[in-house]
Amino acid sequence: MSDIRWFHVRRWTARHARFFEFIYAAFEHALVMMHPLFQRLGYARMERPVAAAERIIKGFLFDTQMCGSCTLGATGMVCPMNCPKRMRNGPCGGVRPGGFCEVKPEMPCVWVDAFNGSRLMRHGERIRDIQAPVDHRLKHSSSWLREVRRIKGSKPGGSRVP
Amino acid sequence: MSAGERDVQDPTRALKPGHSSAGHLEALLRSGEFAVTAELSPPDSSDPEEVFRRARFFDGCVDAINATDGSGANCHMSSVAVCALLTRLGYSTVMQVSCRDRNRIAIQGDVLGGAAMGVANVLCLTGDGVQAGDHPQAMPVFDLESISLLQLLRGMRDEARFQSGRKLMLPPRVFLGAAENPFAPPLEYRPQRLAKKIAAGAQFIQTQYCYDIERLKTFMTVARDLGLPGCAFILVGVGPLASARAAEWIRTHVPGVYIPDAVIARLAGSQDQKREGRQICIEIIQHIREIEGVSGIHVMAYRQEEAVAEIIQQSNVLRGRVPWYPGLDAARAGTED
Repeated sequence: MSDIRWFHVRRWTARHARFFEFIYAAFEHALVMMHPLFQRLGYARMERPVAAAERIIKGFLFDTQMCGSCTLGATGMVCPMNCPKRMRNGPCGGVRPGGFCEVKPEMPCVWVDAFNGSRLMRHGERIRDIQAPVDHRLKHSSSWLREVRRIKGSKPGGSRVP
Repeated sequence: MSAGERDVQDPTRALKPGHSSAGHLEALLRSGEFAVTAELSPPDSSDPEEVFRRARFFDGCVDAINATDGSGANCHMSSVAVCALLTRLGYSTVMQVSCRDRNRIAIQGDVLGGAAMGVANVLCLTGDGVQAGDHPQAMPVFDLESISLLQLLRGMRDEARFQSGRKLMLPPRVFLGAAENPFAPPLEYRPQRLAKKIAAGAQFIQTQYCYDIERLKTFMTVARDLGLPGCAFILVGVGPLASARAAEWIRTHVPGVYIPDAVIARLAGSQDQKREGRQICIEIIQHIREIEGVSGIHVMAYRQEEAVAEIIQQSNVLRGRVPWYPGLDAARAGTED
């Protein structure tokens, strides 16, 4: 049941992908500004509260699954991990007429929404980037903190997929 | 009339320049010939003779045989085992690898093993969901998907390393393939997805069943604009429909198969539906052969394997060429005497 409740919100955000792309970029910028604070408090200590906040915020807006290797900006502001086959690089060949999911016929295909979302975005062409497979060790960890550390060039806590 | 050669299945053999595999399929496609591949449905049996019996249906009309990997999420003999049996007899095989049932550790091991047995072609698939098959209670793995699988295997082949970075003594020298479905939504995104697969390492493409030539043409026009046929060989999927009822069942139960109403109406209105189904298939093949940028066909004649030779012959898709098969050398010696 939870699927049906949530996918209305995440489809709404996908229809406003341009707006959320902007918000997300601004938010990322703000997070990067907080790097000195994160450093002082210690990234390890920040991991739990930030991951919890990330789960609540992104969970509500995008129904994200906290895989730890977030691709929202490259997938039309749609979390590809809601795909039952966990497709990270486009729709599978089983999409049903009308754009519905092969595995869950009542759910619109995540990648149809992603494709539509990407067309609204400023950097929608990023949907063509090839996404590496998920590093399963990063599941449930904060991709926000990882991204800030990556941008700031300090050494990552968890190892990233090369 | 030209006749093909036996696949040389020595994983250590030196390769021709520009080739990724020592396989016959790659050489044929690179030479510009129109290729024919066919799908063998692996038996629900541990009897090797059953595999050979099914392969014989394709003798003399097929350049390579695809061994499916739990297609439709149904349990059958494994693709690596079917390929191992077929390569013993010299058949050229396409080993299908689906991401549904195995993680990256198992898949990399299977590809190494397959290459050691003489498999020269690997088709990288995501796989149908477990809900489609006879074990819906099974764990869907999907550790990788088709595109990350392509990248991973290309890395194994070209850099001689596992994904972990650990060195391989002899990399698997395989020609890499992927599937594409030009007939499923979102239609406008499909050529882009094909481009992504090619960028990830796909060298040949076998598409889902084509029952709608116009939709294929539209897809191929965009693919040509993107320059894709020059980067990978595209083989279009075809297959005979047994009856209007079977067609109706397939389009509602088999993921990703699009059959237009007109095709079903034509079958339903025919006296001999099976005959008509084969005739439709022949006509589709003849249309496909004329489309610019298409390098071959891939025949999936589920439960009608015995019809493949006739369909290939009547469509004249090979233009008199005879692909190699185990009995060919003897047959040639017989006629020359």
